Amino acid sequence: MPNLSTLFRAGAFLVLVAFLLQPQWFEPLLRPLVQENAPVIYNQGSLLQLTLLHLRTVAVATAAASLVALALAILVTRSSGAEFLPLSRSLVNIGQTFPPVAVLALAVPIFGFGEKPTLIALFLYGLLPIFENALTGLTTLPPSVMEAARGAGMTGGQRLLKVELPLAMPVILAGIRLSVVISLATATIGSTVAAKTLGEVIIAGLQSNNLAFVVQGGLIVATLAVLLHDGLQAAERKLAARMGR
Amino acid sequence: MIEIENITKRYGETAVVDDVSLTIAPRTVTVVVGTSGSGKTTLLRMINRLVEPTAGTIRLDGEDNRSLPGYELRRRIGYAIQGHGLFPHRTVAQNIATVPTLLGWERSRIDAKVDELLQLFQLDPAAFGPRFPHELSGGQQQRVGVARALAAEPKVLLMDEPFGALDPIIRAKAQDDLLTIQKHFETTIILVTHDMEEAFQLADRIAVMDKGKVVQYATPAEMLIKPATPFVESLIGVSERPYRLLAIEQVSSAVEPGSADGAAISSALTQREALAELLWSGRSALPVADPAGAIIGKVSLEGLAKRAAGPA
Ligand SMILES: Nc1ncnc2c1ncn2[C@@H]1O[C@H](COP(=O)(O)OP(=O)(O)OP(=O)(O)O)[C@@H](O)[C@H]1O
Ligand SMILES: [Mg+2]
Repeated sequence: MPNLSTLFRAGAFLVLVAFLLQPQWFEPLLRPLVQENAPVIYNQGSLLQLTLLHLRTVAVATAAASLVALALAILVTRSSGAEFLPLSRSLVNIGQTFPPVAVLALAVPIFGFGEKPTLIALFLYGLLPIFENALTGLTTLPPSVMEAARGAGMTGGQRLLKVELPLAMPVILAGIRLSVVISLATATIGSTVAAKTLGEVIIAGLQSNNLAFVVQGGLIVATLAVLLHDGLQAAERKLAARMGR
Repeated sequence: MIEIENITKRYGETAVVDDVSLTIAPRTVTVVVGTSGSGKTTLLRMINRLVEPTAGTIRLDGEDNRSLPGYELRRRIGYAIQGHGLFPHRTVAQNIATVPTLLGWERSRIDAKVDELLQLFQLDPAAFGPRFPHELSGGQQQRVGVARALAAEPKVLLMDEPFGALDPIIRAKAQDDLLTIQKHFETTIILVTHDMEEAFQLADRIAVMDKGKVVQYATPAEMLIKPATPFVESLIGVSERPYRLLAIEQVSSAVEPGSADGAAISSALTQREALAELLWSGRSALPVADPAGAIIGKVSLEGLAKRAAGPA
């Protein structure tokens, strides 16, 4: 029996898909937000295409951030790499504290306008939650389990792949989830440097004083964020439940 | 055969295991006892090289345990720890299969072994194999932990307080099971415990550790009759001595000629159990029956009292 919140999410998903495929159906709802004669539905490109590009940008940046952050976390939790912990910590912290807008401003002269500066900004911004969570996950494993893994004759690599990573996975996934949600929202500013994201809709709305554009851009991003957040959280729960936590 | 020779482990200035030498005969159970912090776990972990000794050598069947990489050595030695350390993300069957999988056994051989062990520990393979550890009771988890340690049929099994978390009834059962399995697989077991009762029940030999040193290494009977130091004596418990002495031997060796009234007692029970029965039933002698049920004589309060007496 699906509960209320599952139904609500399924509904949100259906509305989102409908809106992306047939935006004109929703015209009456948004009409009150615009002045006479102004377009109600974004008309400078396909909303569906922008959404897919937006998601792609977030996916690429998060995948890269996950790989690097996880690799760093694995490195610094090996006895041979422990000395790099403070350095790695400061690096990912800088990535988080440096404002993405400033990253864009610095990256444009080097990489030009378009998707690349956005990817870099999102990548840097997304490192910290994944790194910190992976670190927590890998350093708080039950000692008796680690002892048993060593006692059974697993090599360092086998322990990492068969025991440490699977056990830390729910916590690592939580970090990736945070990073995805942050990136979904942050990606909109990429459109200030001509990246194809849903930010384009919001910016177009701001420039032409069209509230309907701003609202539809914002709502699509927000709905995506909620759905992805919940989807990933469900996956984490499932993993964790299998381990009896 | 395990030969521990002048083994020492120092952390900084303190020697937590100090020049220990023990020779452990194959197919026996050696129990290591001692106060907390006396170095029991450290000694055990040096055998499978989870801890590298500062000095000394350990040989297994004549071969130095440093002659092969640590992880390969550990695949040959079973290791069961307190709190079982089962992998929470793997099923009971997968947990038990850990070392055979590492050794690259064939699937069918692994499955057969897992089933055999689960049955041996009275866990139905079909019901328990696919479960995750958190779906078992504490006692069941403990048994699975021991089964995992035995899966690759190691000649040597190290156990660090394996039954610590169990209630007395399950504990007694687990101890019986362990002895059965030890005979079945002809395993050499080294077991660490805090529980003297457990030590006397399981041990062929007991090693008593105090501040990193082995102060006595002897059979239970020798240790009772001639404790090497006051520390050993206090560990055994002065008021327990006669009962422990009786608990070591079976009724069969205390049988006297003659007859007695009432229900017979089995010759396979311990003399301590016979004494308890005598006291409880208020009789001065009991008939003794051999395993086949034939009366072979009697056991008397007087006879047991003589046997429970220490050296004059
Ligand atoms: N890695 C380590 N570094 C420093 N000291 C250690 C280390 N491991 C153990 N010790 C010390 O060595 C001593 C012996 O420890 P060990 O675990 O062998 O004792 P134990 O006899 O097993 O005690 P218990 O009965 O409490 O389990 C203790 O004082 C402990 O603090
Ligand atoms: Mg210990």
